Amino acid sequence: MSDPHAHTHDAHADHGHGDHGDHASHGTRGSYLKGFFLSVILTAIPFWAVMTGAFKDPSTAALVVMVFAVAQIIVHMIYFLHMSGKSEGGWTMMALIFTIILVVITLSGSIWVMYHMNTNMMPMQAAADM
Amino acid sequence: MSAIPMKDGLNETKPVSFYDLDEHEHPEGGSTMLGFWMYLMSDCLIFAVLFAAYAVLGNSYAGGPSPKEIFELPLVAVNTAMLLFSSITYGFAMLSMEEGRQRVMQMWLVFTGLFGLAFLSIEMYEFANLIHEGAGPTRSAFLSSFFTLVGTHGLHVTMGLIWLVTLMVQVQKHGLIAANKRRLMCLSMFWHFLDVIWIGVFTFVYLMGTLR
Repeated sequence: MSDPHAHTHDAHADHGHGDHGDHASHGTRGSYLKGFFLSVILTAIPFWAVMTGAFKDPSTAALVVMVFAVAQIIVHMIYFLHMSGKSEGGWTMMALIFTIILVVITLSGSIWVMYHMNTNMMPMQAAADM
Repeated sequence: MSAIPMKDGLNETKPVSFYDLDEHEHPEGGSTMLGFWMYLMSDCLIFAVLFAAYAVLGNSYAGGPSPKEIFELPLVAVNTAMLLFSSITYGFAMLSMEEGRQRVMQMWLVFTGLFGLAFLSIEMYEFANLIHEGAGPTRSAFLSSFFTLVGTHGLHVTMGLIWLVTLMVQVQKHGLIAANKRRLMCLSMFWHFLDVIWIGVFTFVYLMGTLR
């Protein structure tokens, strides 16, 4: 019972530190520059699109801007925060996915509920204005 | 009746233990990065709530100015560039740290701090302008939620700057010891995380506010 246990501990002691070092490795100059230039492009395009009014339809523009934001967040996660499914035995990814779910519920839930409340309350306010 | 012999049987070979009896070695700080990541995720939820508040209240102008009238996109673009530059310089600082080049690392950290300071100064300037124009946080629900959301991000950057200066002093005093490296890596995650939040801010608040 204790033999295999001890063995895994030894293995952990031997490789543990190296593994942590590997995880903490911070990419290369190339990967940072790649992430940086991707970020610059992904920032510049939505700013340009909004400032010049390239899209006539505001909802199309909003959608494009949001797609660029999501793309840039993914770029930052990969190149700057060094996210991968393997870091810390997958637990950082697990925590991230859980957080994203909570964020989506919070945002969409708030917007949905409050939008409906606004539309349902509106006639009263309109009546009061009259 | 039948459960007792089974328990006895277990007791004969080994006392029942519900936790790990033999303390095994954990390398000091081995779980710090995961723990710090958990903190960042909970911080993410704080921002999610503030974003949700802004999403709900962002249309309530109370007869006050709308986003289109008060946001200056060129200023925001410069601000975004400042934060992005500070991210890449911090990345270079981490690379120098890996190579053990303390002087070079400190130099990159100075650049990071200056870019961060520039970001904060521009934000303060923007806030001061808004308040001066009568578009302060008390003007409307839209402006209250705007100042809370962007101000909370600014507060995080301020804390990051204080942390950065503290770590630079620590490194100057004690060198690139393991503890300092670990702290620098935590700040690295914090700093890049703030940049990720800023992507949400400039997209959701400034760009989409101007589109409305």
